[in-house]
Amino acid sequence: MKPASFEFVRVTSVAEASRQLKQANGTARLVAGGQSLGPMLNLRLARPALLIDITGIPDLIEAHGGEDAVTVGACVTTAAIEDKRLPGRGLESLASVAMNIAYRAVRNRGTIGGSLCHADPSADWVTTLCALDAQCLIASEQGNRIVPAHQFIRGAYENALAPDEVLTAIKIPRLSARGRFGYYKVCRKAGEFASAMAAVVHDPDRGVYRAVIGATRGKPILIEDARELQQPTGKLNEMSALQILESRGIASSSARRQQLAALSRAFAQATLQ
Amino acid sequence: MKYGIGASVVRKEDDRFLRGRGQYVGDFRMAGLQEVAFVRSPVAHARLKQVRIPERFRDVVFTADDLVDVKPIVSAPPLKGFKRSAEPILATGKVRFVGEIIAMCVAPSRAEAEDIADAVSLDLEELPAVTDMLAACEPGSALVHEEWGDNVFVEFGENIWKDDLSGAAIKVSKTIRTARHCMFPMEGRGVVAYRDERLRNLTVITSTQFPHCVQTGLSECLGLTHGEIRVISPDVGGGFGYKGLLCREEVALAWLALRRGHPVRWLEDCREHLGANANCREHHYQITGYATADGKLLGIECVAHVDAGAYSSYPVSSSVEAAQIANLLPGPYVFSNYRCRALAVATNKCPIIPYRGVARSGICLAIEAVMDAIARKAGLEPYEVRLRNMVPPEQMPFDNLLSKHFDSGDHPECLRRAVQAIDVQRIRKRQQNPEPDGRRIGVGISFFVEQGAHGTNVLASWGRPIVPGYEQAQVKLTADGEVEIHVGTHSHGQGHETTYAQVAHEILGVDIDKIKVVQGDTMYTPYSTATWGSRSMVHGGGAVARASQLLARRAAQIGAWLLQTDVENVHVADGKVIAGDSSVTLREVARVWYLQPQNLPAGVDTGGLDVTAGYRAARDSGTFTYAAHAALVAVDPATGIVDILDYVVVEDGGTLVNPMIVDGQICGGTAQGIGTGLYEVVPFDAQGQPLASTMLDYMVPGATEVPDIRILHMQTPSPYTEFGIKGLGEGGAVGPPAAIVSAVNDALRDLKVEVLDLPLTPERILAAIETARPRGASA
Repeated sequence: MKPASFEFVRVTSVAEASRQLKQANGTARLVAGGQSLGPMLNLRLARPALLIDITGIPDLIEAHGGEDAVTVGACVTTAAIEDKRLPGRGLESLASVAMNIAYRAVRNRGTIGGSLCHADPSADWVTTLCALDAQCLIASEQGNRIVPAHQFIRGAYENALAPDEVLTAIKIPRLSARGRFGYYKVCRKAGEFASAMAAVVHDPDRGVYRAVIGATRGKPILIEDARELQQPTGKLNEMSALQILESRGIASSSARRQQLAALSRAFAQATLQ
Repeated sequence: MKYGIGASVVRKEDDRFLRGRGQYVGDFRMAGLQEVAFVRSPVAHARLKQVRIPERFRDVVFTADDLVDVKPIVSAPPLKGFKRSAEPILATGKVRFVGEIIAMCVAPSRAEAEDIADAVSLDLEELPAVTDMLAACEPGSALVHEEWGDNVFVEFGENIWKDDLSGAAIKVSKTIRTARHCMFPMEGRGVVAYRDERLRNLTVITSTQFPHCVQTGLSECLGLTHGEIRVISPDVGGGFGYKGLLCREEVALAWLALRRGHPVRWLEDCREHLGANANCREHHYQITGYATADGKLLGIECVAHVDAGAYSSYPVSSSVEAAQIANLLPGPYVFSNYRCRALAVATNKCPIIPYRGVARSGICLAIEAVMDAIARKAGLEPYEVRLRNMVPPEQMPFDNLLSKHFDSGDHPECLRRAVQAIDVQRIRKRQQNPEPDGRRIGVGISFFVEQGAHGTNVLASWGRPIVPGYEQAQVKLTADGEVEIHVGTHSHGQGHETTYAQVAHEILGVDIDKIKVVQGDTMYTPYSTATWGSRSMVHGGGAVARASQLLARRAAQIGAWLLQTDVENVHVADGKVIAGDSSVTLREVARVWYLQPQNLPAGVDTGGLDVTAGYRAARDSGTFTYAAHAALVAVDPATGIVDILDYVVVEDGGTLVNPMIVDGQICGGTAQGIGTGLYEVVPFDAQGQPLASTMLDYMVPGATEVPDIRILHMQTPSPYTEFGIKGLGEGGAVGPPAAIVSAVNDALRDLKVEVLDLPLTPERILAAIETARPRGASA
């Protein structure tokens, strides 16, 4: 389990990264924390000719607070988020999501942008950022564009980046004071990938009530208006939730049960008191 | 402060382990060392037509065509009807499991060796794979070894049926499947081999439990004498049975070192461990129990299958698990009718080898599932049914219906203590109200006897090409009065450097810091089948005791002379030879013997202060420790996830040499048993492809899944062994699956569903709950 031979370059600007990607013509991979790519290299499932390390680009390792959103550099580590180093208020719950991702050793290196680009359906950041309606800031030599997280994730292990594009940052809207974030994942042991997960964002002051179901076999399931999941009592309508899960391709009954459990618990957490 | 038998002395070896100063195979650095990577079969069953090696790699890739003088590994015990398998070192003719080694590539680094392995291509004609042990026994199944005519290595049977039980008040039948899983020691296998020109031998440094057996195996395969082979087993990071065999890589590397003339090394990686290099535990039971209305067991009938994989491993043999099932299934219980067939079946998967507890975790689950079912029918607490079928203490020692000789103990008391410690009564009360978090709680208790430290006759009857006999130890006093112990057993986590020192200390009284244990090198230790089957403390410890006693007599003779008295008047204690009020230290005795021999009497034993003595237990039918494992679990019916809330082990391990080390053994074993019960499985597809290649796909319990295990000891000495010591290294791993399965089913009891197949995955639990859901309430 040793990687096939590759070249390695550590770049200091996004432009240089984009240029290198373009030159390599599809044979290069960006690497940040390497927590997913590393094992794939070792198993020789990924055999890039060139690895471009982007963790030396100063802008990518910073987080900036704005009034309505925080812009988190793609190379900010999960550990930094766990340690509450995102500025301002309204996104405190990200620290608790971070805290339950893998193990501290993985969190020390693993980055929020890397996780999103890897697009593993079971990844916590994929589900969380889709639920929060985060925006992905993308740059290349051609220019910049912004893509909502839920469109950035195209499918299992598939993202929306063109071959020369770099995900530079993720802009995450802050919850208002009354806003609630509910999150639950079903894991057999601490630190393992989840077999079911759900995130619910309920923020009436911003007109947001979104639910996302992750750990599927493809793109996360987005329910943009979670009121359709609600009984008049405010509780989760399990029958309609199960119908959604079935219609969105969750085929096995045990997977539906687990997803239902995750959704109902996330839903309860996000319910306004 | 006490340091002898019974003292919880801090382990001497921990200082180097905890500081990262242990010396494992991977830590050896030598000039000219090159690394090996193997080309392994990508398919489970195929004819190997050709291995294509690019011209530029001709000199660094080796196949079966190169190893013409090397004999295959054959492990054929002298059992009637046993069908031999010959495991070629590098595959030839056919490949019989995914991961079987086909070519060996050598390069300055492992990465380059893997590059070369990548460039080798194979011409394979795929054959239908035999992947299920039951299907393998059907007529018309593809054959793993065509020349056999079927897929059965060997079948064991017992038939003691005296009564007509057709009218028994209770009859219960269960079908149980246990999962094939890995053993996962912290350190994988690894081999370094080189030619030692000075000693004129081939030296093989390997992560093994038994250097002498590897030496014998290498000698047979390579046609070298024992004198031409030295095997060193350095620090070894866990064995559990995984390192209790001769592996092909050892033979291949040994051959390569001789051929190339420079040192070579192979270190197993995680993918090789998960996919290719021996699994364990895959059984299937069809078991029926008969009992009276009040839960008295009348008879057990069972047909069991063991998925033994493609080859019989050396020297454990593919027979051992099936033999144990037929032999040990009755467990601790007293009844009179028993019928069992146990088949070791060949499949296109890597060999199954005995993992900690060998077949007994499955056996315990099978018999305990029957006891639980009888309890439900009889309307009794499961522990009550067990109590009604146990050996009363006044009948010890006791021969069960298969003449297993339970040497000592009080089984019912052990179980009662577990019932009390987990507090079944309180749990029953708690179960009357729903849990506030919606989970269901359940309690389960398993009970088992653990035959350990088996002697010659038992192991010969189960079939092994190398049968253990007497164990020897060399014990000597050095010229400055310290003690050196040389043993053929091998400690790979058991703490023998400490416990053997405690045994010698008990007899000689020398400070245990001045007692050094030498092990793991065929050049410096007595020949031994070494460490497995919970045998070392009984047999190795017995030998250390005998040799220490002999050394004490020799020292007493010299000491008496120095004290100017007769040898009858002296005894050895506290590191001294003592006669009444006067004494002379062993240090002084040693000084005189080695450095001032002119002061010795004329008739002194010229054997001196360096002795070797052997040991065999007064009865070699094995010791029988026993234990009750009690688990309190919570099952989340919405997710199928099981949490262990409380776990109690009550264990009678005979005389405990070091209770702290025993606790470590029980905790470690229990953690592994929790793995067997809840997590561990190597998934295979229908073509025999193992689907786990990293720990992402293979789950072992971690720090957060293993509860704080509460251990209670009983200590009933064995009447047959030195100090009454019993073998207890494996029991921890035996009890958990049965206890956890029982607890989970207790949690689900009012749904009237049962889950028996291992591991108890959320999917299995949810599927069972689903069957209890009223129709129409579909999910």
